[in-house]
Amino acid sequence: MPLSKDEVRHVAMLARLGLEPGDEAYYAEQLSGILEHIDRLQQLDTEAIPPTAQVVQVASRLREDEPRPSLTKDEALANAPAAVNGMFRVPSIQEET
Amino acid sequence: MTDDLTPLTVKEALRLLRSGSVSSADLVTAHIQRIDRLDRHVKAFLRFTPELYDKQADEADRMIRQGESRPLLGIPIAVKDVLCVRGVETTAGSQILKGFKPPYTATAVQRLFDAGAVMIGVTNCDEFAMGSSTENSGYFPTRNPWDLERVPGGSSGGSAAAVAAGEAMLALGTDTGGSIRQPAALCGVVGMKPTYGRVSRYGLIAFASSLDQIGPFARCVDDAAITLSIMSGLDPLDATSSDRAPMEVLSNFGGGVKGMKLGVPREYYDVKGIEPGVKAAIDAALAVLRMQGAEIVEVSLPHTDYGLAAYYIIAPAECSSNLARFDGVRYGMSEVDAPNITELYLETRRKGFGGEVRRRVMLGTYALSSGYYDAYYLKAQKVRTLIKRDFDEAFKRCDAIVSATSPTVAFPIGSKTQDPLSMYLCDVLTLGGNLAGLPGISIPCGTSDGLPVGLQILGPQWGENVVLRVARAYEIASDIKAEVAEVV
Repeated sequence: MPLSKDEVRHVAMLARLGLEPGDEAYYAEQLSGILEHIDRLQQLDTEAIPPTAQVVQVASRLREDEPRPSLTKDEALANAPAAVNGMFRVPSIQEET
Repeated sequence: MTDDLTPLTVKEALRLLRSGSVSSADLVTAHIQRIDRLDRHVKAFLRFTPELYDKQADEADRMIRQGESRPLLGIPIAVKDVLCVRGVETTAGSQILKGFKPPYTATAVQRLFDAGAVMIGVTNCDEFAMGSSTENSGYFPTRNPWDLERVPGGSSGGSAAAVAAGEAMLALGTDTGGSIRQPAALCGVVGMKPTYGRVSRYGLIAFASSLDQIGPFARCVDDAAITLSIMSGLDPLDATSSDRAPMEVLSNFGGGVKGMKLGVPREYYDVKGIEPGVKAAIDAALAVLRMQGAEIVEVSLPHTDYGLAAYYIIAPAECSSNLARFDGVRYGMSEVDAPNITELYLETRRKGFGGEVRRRVMLGTYALSSGYYDAYYLKAQKVRTLIKRDFDEAFKRCDAIVSATSPTVAFPIGSKTQDPLSMYLCDVLTLGGNLAGLPGISIPCGTSDGLPVGLQILGPQWGENVVLRVARAYEIASDIKAEVAEVV
């Protein structure tokens, strides 16, 4: 199933991925080519087949709920592009009213 | 005493260290000198860790003098740029993580440090481990030490090239669809991917969490086996890590192949695009194994033709959610002064991610998006079940599966970058092992047109010892060793 330029724009927005001029056409063509190969999956009858999300059976393990050391605030913020008053700084997420 | 120390195996180096004739500092110096001479051609390393290796080598030499013994005491290793090491810049081969210094160390790496290993540097890889040639690195491509005009494979191409060029005695890689085994094959070294869950993924920058595993590159099967056993075992910090005993990996792995049944899947043997020279090397390897008393049986993996399609839904779907965290807020590149939060995300990710990562994030997001989930993601998960069942059936008829690792030898730089599907096909013989969670190794089995060919051995889940046993028997009987490339 070929992907349209509109669909590329929609998917890029879902993924919060900024596009550059010409990207819509470029990715529409490339992703369509890959999806054309992937479409062979539809040849298989999988009606009665359960899905596999995880291949190795690992039983859930619980640990005692005891306090343990973790990162300090300074360590957690050490890689922050911008920090203010011990917090990560981001642009405003609400319009002023 | 410099260059002649770099082609040693770990086993040989440990003997010299214990005898006192060389120190860990000597080993490190020899490697750094070789790197100074060769890595401007090979470009296996992204960065070096002098403070760390000086400290670790001093510590190792002190312990050796005190008569302490640890399995990797004083051995120089290299680490792929997707494994976090506290305080050491770790970027997953991506511009988006430039400057990121992790506040913690990956468990697999920590276990090697605890065993005495000395980290000399960080190796190049495809961005976020997405690729089969290391050309997708956000920094520069790595070159194959056997032919500098060719790729080393990928995504762990820097680690494979470092070991092949004598720039590191051991290296760590990760394998999501073949990213250890394929570059090991193309560079003529040993590379092993363990069973899913054998090695903790804590501190690994995730690509596709249900497929990723960490494993070693080495110059002989014994070195890979020891390194893997050290990294193995339960880690409370990774809920998918198994509590199976690390020593299980080494159980009877010197037992030889006499009486073993080795399956050759006809779909792998005659895979589309396999080069005649690769096939000839595999035929010769099968003859060696037969001479050692193994019975070669034909098996079938009927859904092989669907593996690539299922993989290229599942891996991008998982990557699209794993990479959502690179949003310019907590670490890495950031357009923090964007006018609003959405622009911050869009611009940071536009500037920070390279072409292949963008392609896979979009593909995965599409496959998970409303209206397409059942047709793509759920369908691929069902096909994953069929592929796993194929292997279950095959292992009823054989102890291990043997094939080429890659249909081709190392290909020229730039020859596959314009056509993503042709690049994806590099992993057609390896990605089944990831979809089914199996252990697999690639070991050198000769050359074709002067370039290395790899023999892949896959085992049932938790059958690392079986895989290693076949690999070791072949290595001894064939007398084919991973050699160190002269490069220039």
